[in-house]
Amino acid sequence: MKPSLIVDVIVRVVFHSVLVLAAYLLFAGHNQPGGGFIAGLVAGTAFGLRYGSGGIDAVRAGVRVRPWTLLGIGMFFTTTTALVPLILGGQLLEHAKVSLNLGPLGAPKVTSALPFDTGVFFVVIGMVLMLFEAFGESPLEEPKR
Amino acid sequence: MLQAGVGLALIGAGRRLGRGAFVVGAATTGLGFAWALARAGGIIDGRAVVERRPWVEGLGLTLDLRIDAFSLLMVLLVSGIGVLVHLYASRYFGAGREGMARLAGLLVLFTAAMLGVVTASNLLALYVFWELTSVTSYLLVGWNDTDARARASALQAILITGSGGLAMLGGFLLIGSAAGTYELTELVAQPPGGTQVQVGLVLVLIGAFTKSAQWPFSSWLPGAMVAPTPVSAYLHSATMVKAGVYLIARLAPAFAGEVPWRPVVLVIGLITMIGGGWRALRQYDLKRILAFGTVSQLGFMVVLFGVGIPEATAAGVVVLFAHALFKATLFLVVGIVDHQTKTRDIRALGAYGPGWNGPRISAVIAGASMAGVPLLFGFVAKEKAYESFVNSGVAGGPVVLAGLVVGSMLTFAYTGRLVLGAFRPGAAFEGLHGLEPVDSTEVPKVVDPPAPPLSFWAPAALLAALTVLLGVFPSLASGLVGAAAQSLDPAVKAKDLALWHGFNTALALSALTLAVGVLVVAAGHRVGRVQQVLRSPFDGNDVYLASLRALNRTAARVTGIVQNGSLPVYCGIILLTATLVPGLALLGAPAPNDLDLTSSPGEWAVGLLLIVAGTAAAVLRQRMAAVLCLGAVGFGMALIFVLQGAPDLALTQFAIETLGAVLFVLVLRRLPSRFDERPTALGRWLRVSVSVVVGVFVFAFALIATDVRVAPTISDEFVERSLPEGGGRNVVNVILVDFRGLDTIGEATVLVVAALGIVSITRLRPRRDGSSPSRQLDPSEVAP
Repeated sequence: MKPSLIVDVIVRVVFHSVLVLAAYLLFAGHNQPGGGFIAGLVAGTAFGLRYGSGGIDAVRAGVRVRPWTLLGIGMFFTTTTALVPLILGGQLLEHAKVSLNLGPLGAPKVTSALPFDTGVFFVVIGMVLMLFEAFGESPLEEPKR
Repeated sequence: MLQAGVGLALIGAGRRLGRGAFVVGAATTGLGFAWALARAGGIIDGRAVVERRPWVEGLGLTLDLRIDAFSLLMVLLVSGIGVLVHLYASRYFGAGREGMARLAGLLVLFTAAMLGVVTASNLLALYVFWELTSVTSYLLVGWNDTDARARASALQAILITGSGGLAMLGGFLLIGSAAGTYELTELVAQPPGGTQVQVGLVLVLIGAFTKSAQWPFSSWLPGAMVAPTPVSAYLHSATMVKAGVYLIARLAPAFAGEVPWRPVVLVIGLITMIGGGWRALRQYDLKRILAFGTVSQLGFMVVLFGVGIPEATAAGVVVLFAHALFKATLFLVVGIVDHQTKTRDIRALGAYGPGWNGPRISAVIAGASMAGVPLLFGFVAKEKAYESFVNSGVAGGPVVLAGLVVGSMLTFAYTGRLVLGAFRPGAAFEGLHGLEPVDSTEVPKVVDPPAPPLSFWAPAALLAALTVLLGVFPSLASGLVGAAAQSLDPAVKAKDLALWHGFNTALALSALTLAVGVLVVAAGHRVGRVQQVLRSPFDGNDVYLASLRALNRTAARVTGIVQNGSLPVYCGIILLTATLVPGLALLGAPAPNDLDLTSSPGEWAVGLLLIVAGTAAAVLRQRMAAVLCLGAVGFGMALIFVLQGAPDLALTQFAIETLGAVLFVLVLRRLPSRFDERPTALGRWLRVSVSVVVGVFVFAFALIATDVRVAPTISDEFVERSLPEGGGRNVVNVILVDFRGLDTIGEATVLVVAALGIVSITRLRPRRDGSSPSRQLDPSEVAP
């Protein structure tokens, strides 16, 4: 794949914006369109863009951790938020609501569903990155079967 | 249940302890023994110790322990012999051997599981402990994990006992559901009847037979002798194999009257007793003689307990007690011999220096007890067994009695072979006992092996001393034994055990047994020749190997058919199943009325786009173009979501389509750019028809399903509860993370597994030599 300067530069600009968008979707998800799953997919497309500009190496350079670590983190988040209420004497997956007061920034309500959704977010990103790992290497570089 | 904890801790942390781990194990087990002794008085008086603990409340499972007198006897045996075996093991293994802590930990774990089996008062709890003993037994037999024979034997043991255990679970469920209770005491007090119970009983019996190594499931027990001798002494003679007997003893008083029980138990028990004795006479390995002897004795006990008449039950308790004492002694002595001489072949043994008197006398006493020589506990037991069948009134009683007598004669004979084989009394007996190899294999003699230290043979001597003590003064044990028998079957009359019953049929039979036994030992040569001609037809080992091979073959064939690796076939089957099963239900549905075809112009336009793109995707030959058309369909759907006011769905759909297109491109790089020509007209026709069926079904389903809702929709409830309870205005998201959070976890897990699977499949490379990574192991290669 021949690298193109224009694509490269545009992707550099857009990549972080898309990630920010994903983060927004993740946090807004409880009250507005969005959520962990969508956010994960959007972040995945951001990596798709990187792949388009620089191949698998660009994708690998974009995340410091390996994709399976992300999968693990994600599963850890979801299962922990599911199990912690059990330990605290509640029911599986019971969620708590906290209202934060951030002064001038407003007083958003935060529920413990957020870490859960974050877990989903990570799992989806991890999944997408795993797919890039699996299929992303150029077939030409591989040994003939 | 302290035991289980200590056992696990030992496996985990005990590596540094080395041989000392056994001492810790002995201490733990000793605690159990002391506890049981402390409570013994009350339990014998009829006050059972009951402990209840809820376990899985949702399933109504409780972890109830109930120790009545029979359980007490078993607990005393398990923990008492456990202590001795632990101490013995600490001398048996050389210092600094690997894996000691694992072995000791497993032994303690096993002890805990075994205590659970004999004290559980709930059938399901009993099943759990039962399988735990199977698993620990597997690990113990396969302890020497570098030995292929040990691994194969362990596998055989767990396959046979495990499948028997499964049959037993089925039986428990059948009986339990018929009775409405899984409590042993209630079950025995009011036994249910009927066909269901009869089937259940047969299944339970299969489980008990596999565990107690009854014919035709006995092949695993001799194989299990590859385990270290302390393990064999403990699991495979004194305790675990008694689990089946224990269960039969528990159920027999209540269920012996049911149709298949008595004949099955008596026939199997007798075959096992005689067949095992016969095969024991053929062995040269001391441990294998003992193993077949154990099989034979277990058959004996199965007969006694299984018949379900009070006298026999009482006799069974005595036999069980006596057997635990003398068999453990013999195993311990054999272990000493093996340890000091490095061989167990009776053709090589016989010459000992001074210092061997301890083990020798112990072995002779235990052997004589097993053979039923007077003044020993085994004699009391055998006497009682004969007596119970003399006037039993059971159909076929005389035949059973005759079988028992023959079995006991064989017992005497193989005991002679064992004891004389291990400790030849001198040249005077040379040629008399027929130990010379019939097949004239020359085995080098072991001369003057080092004498074992006192601490090594003390456990064996202690057990032997107990055998003598109880043999001369059987009334010492009669309290415990009588109470145990009564707790099994209240009809048992409390009767003191006695050495001397006067001249009666039983005594005559005992005398006959002894006489014939002596003759058989003396005529050892001839017996050997008969053995050569008459190979035992009951070889369960061949059956086991054959069935294992058949299983492997069938599995390979079924896999070949079901998983044929053709993607179109998989897709076709999945689609057709998904279509036809609900599709058939649609046939009777009412036709939809008042179909609303009025839509906005935008929807019409998008619909047109969808139709065009979909058709194109199906017709195009170029893969890339087809994928793009599929993408167009997806975006069209997203547009419809937007128009219908579902921004969440639309957003998800957009993101998925974008990513999907990218990933498709990645995969497509590896494939040819055009689809292959359709192979045949038939194949093409088949694909088209499957597609049409699926399409028509989805269309019809969508039309009809929206119209025939019966139950009120749950979405209203979700919308209502979303803000106050879920704390979010986005209903879809609240459903995902809160109302249906468990589903989401499941889906996330599926994603993770799928991702791992994809990566491992694409990274899988065939090995250089072309062999597949996992080779099917042929069981006969490593068969014992």
